[in-house]
Amino acid sequence: MNDHIREAHGLEVDEGQLPAEDWFERSETLQKLRRNKKFPTIWCSGCGIGVVMGALIRAIDHLGLKNDDVALVAGIGCSARMPIYMDYNTLHTTHGRALAFATGLKIARPDMKVIAIMGDGDALAIGGNHFIHAARRNMGITAIVINNSIYGMTGGQYSPTTPLNSRATTAPYGNIEPPFPICDLAVAAGASYVARSTVYHALELDKFISEAISKDGFSMVEAVSYCHTTYGRINKLGTAADMMRALKDTSISQTAYGNLSPEEKTNNTKIVRGNFVNIDRPQYTNSYSSLITRIQGGEQ
Amino acid sequence: MSIKLMQGNDAIGWGAIAAGCRFYAGYPITPSTEVAEILSRELPKVGGKFIQMEDEIASMAAIIGASVGGLKSMTATSGPGFSLMQENIGYAAMTEIPCVIVDVQRLGPSTGQPTAASQGDVMQARWGTHGDHPIIALSPTSVRQAFDLTVKAFELSEKYRTPVILLTDEIIGHMREPVDLPDFKTIQLPEYRLTKKDGEYIPYRNEPGDVPPLANFGVGYRYHITALFHDQQGFSTQRVDEIDPWLERFNSKLDKHLDDILMLEEDRMPGAQLAILSYGASARTSRHAMKLARARGQKVDLMTLLTIWPFPEAQVEALGERVDRIIVPEMNLGQLAYEVERMVGRKKVKRVTRANGEMVTPQMVLDALEG
Ligand SMILES: Cc1ncc(C[n+]2csc(CCOP(=O)(O)OP(=O)(O)O)c2C)c(N)n1
Ligand code: SF4
Ligand SMILES: [Mg+2]
Repeated sequence: MNDHIREAHGLEVDEGQLPAEDWFERSETLQKLRRNKKFPTIWCSGCGIGVVMGALIRAIDHLGLKNDDVALVAGIGCSARMPIYMDYNTLHTTHGRALAFATGLKIARPDMKVIAIMGDGDALAIGGNHFIHAARRNMGITAIVINNSIYGMTGGQYSPTTPLNSRATTAPYGNIEPPFPICDLAVAAGASYVARSTVYHALELDKFISEAISKDGFSMVEAVSYCHTTYGRINKLGTAADMMRALKDTSISQTAYGNLSPEEKTNNTKIVRGNFVNIDRPQYTNSYSSLITRIQGGEQ
Repeated sequence: MSIKLMQGNDAIGWGAIAAGCRFYAGYPITPSTEVAEILSRELPKVGGKFIQMEDEIASMAAIIGASVGGLKSMTATSGPGFSLMQENIGYAAMTEIPCVIVDVQRLGPSTGQPTAASQGDVMQARWGTHGDHPIIALSPTSVRQAFDLTVKAFELSEKYRTPVILLTDEIIGHMREPVDLPDFKTIQLPEYRLTKKDGEYIPYRNEPGDVPPLANFGVGYRYHITALFHDQQGFSTQRVDEIDPWLERFNSKLDKHLDDILMLEEDRMPGAQLAILSYGASARTSRHAMKLARARGQKVDLMTLLTIWPFPEAQVEALGERVDRIIVPEMNLGQLAYEVERMVGRKKVKRVTRANGEMVTPQMVLDALEG
């Protein structure tokens, strides 16, 4: 656990929570992490972000990509700290701007798999404009949004995905702003691939992330997570394990959702997990390559 | 090539092409837009890429991303857009990623006067982003110099791994002059980056005065870039024993190379006790005023700064030792004059300022030489 989180929440480090000596060797996924980086991670023990990291590593592995050909670009936040531990080309940028940096990188290196890792605040508050424009352009980037419904890193202020009426350090009387439906926004803005799962459903995340990375176009996976340290504490939602388990009960697969009656659908409050869009549209860097070919061929 | 009539903004576009710039990201803003227009037309012809981003924050981010990917990259903007770029200019400085930012200054503050000239961003170019950091800013005085200094901006940016600001103004940007540009094939900048994997790589090796080479993403060094304080491998650190050597190298990396970075023109007159010191469009006024003053018998030196940041401290100090008074004409309320005063003392400096969108006139400078 990192000093800033300990300080922010007045927590004491429990040495017993640190992983055993041979933790690295025991896991195939962890073996794929960076060897020269100091561990443990900055995340609070029990945080869901690590599950997304595991899913991402497995997805890249599953696709048989060379690590040299993968670039991870992140903004700022607990979620955005993920790339530092991972053995790819990694760029930790400024808050909200991951997709704009990734856009430049993708245009410079269209052959690379460029993956942007963002929190909900990163992607949708400060970075909301870049999010819709990257989707509109169909830029060949995979965006992974880790939605924990809160600003975790800064200690629990409400975000654009904090549910109505729940509390945050800056919404002490309950949040009066309605949340953004991230997937709907991505669909409306023109993304080629849009899917959502939760950190409880790790294997489903693996699958969606690997499909998203394979897509030649703007792809977006919303990984619903939780922040027990801030949001969970303020809203009295229990431990990390309690919040993890809740994701199982408060979510529903797309298939199961499809079987609901129209009335049940209207009243549904569960998180729908599934792949909502998977279409082919001209990908920006391909379009630009064609433009270069045309112009160099003498077209005015 | 052949003599062509072109404006400063076009010359900047051609300078970028000549220097090997192959990526431009920007957001339209008067009086800089022609730079984007010419590059949207010319870049694809040479296999380069142009994108109009959703705002200047994104434009600045995109050029950094493209630079990491291996392309020489540039953006162009003016006052309001330059303000929006500041956080990511600091990012490029901190992570030592080369890029060129053109600021065609217009009258501020705020929306100000989009079509009027100004030199009001001198201090912003130096201190606009938070925290201490090295930065280079160059300021052309003619259309041809706009071309030359754009090429130079790319060279310095690559060599010293720093953002370089081409701090020009509406007058130079929109003024048309006949220019004879050199054959671009004669302009070959050295490759300062690692474009192939070759042995071990320590991205932020700390040797004082040293600029470790940048490895492009994808060449086989899978390393980390962050604008948090970082250790030599690029990983964030809070350890003072790792931060201090980095700070030392980072903040002194330009100092040992001032001979290479500082460019200025001097027109001296034996026995001169007066000098005019200027830059950008105001340097043109100053040259004219110098000629008029000399014609009426005054002995006047002229110093024109092409590099304004880092500030040429030693050169200005030496000027202050030679002459009794230095006139500093500029289209702001005395931003560069602060620096001159810092070097030679307030008593020796006479500011000639104008911040209403009009140029400083030669007569204003002549009056200052009298009084
Ligand atoms: C320009 C800017 N504004 C504010 C901050 C402070 N800040 C850091 S992280 C963060 C929010 C992070 O929330 P989110 O993106 O949801 O990520 P999480 O920590 O929850 O994973 C904020 C506001 C910053 N770093 N930069
Ligand atoms: S998101 Fe919450 S639980 Fe996770 S590391 Fe950040 S503060 Fe801790
Ligand atoms: Mg969050």
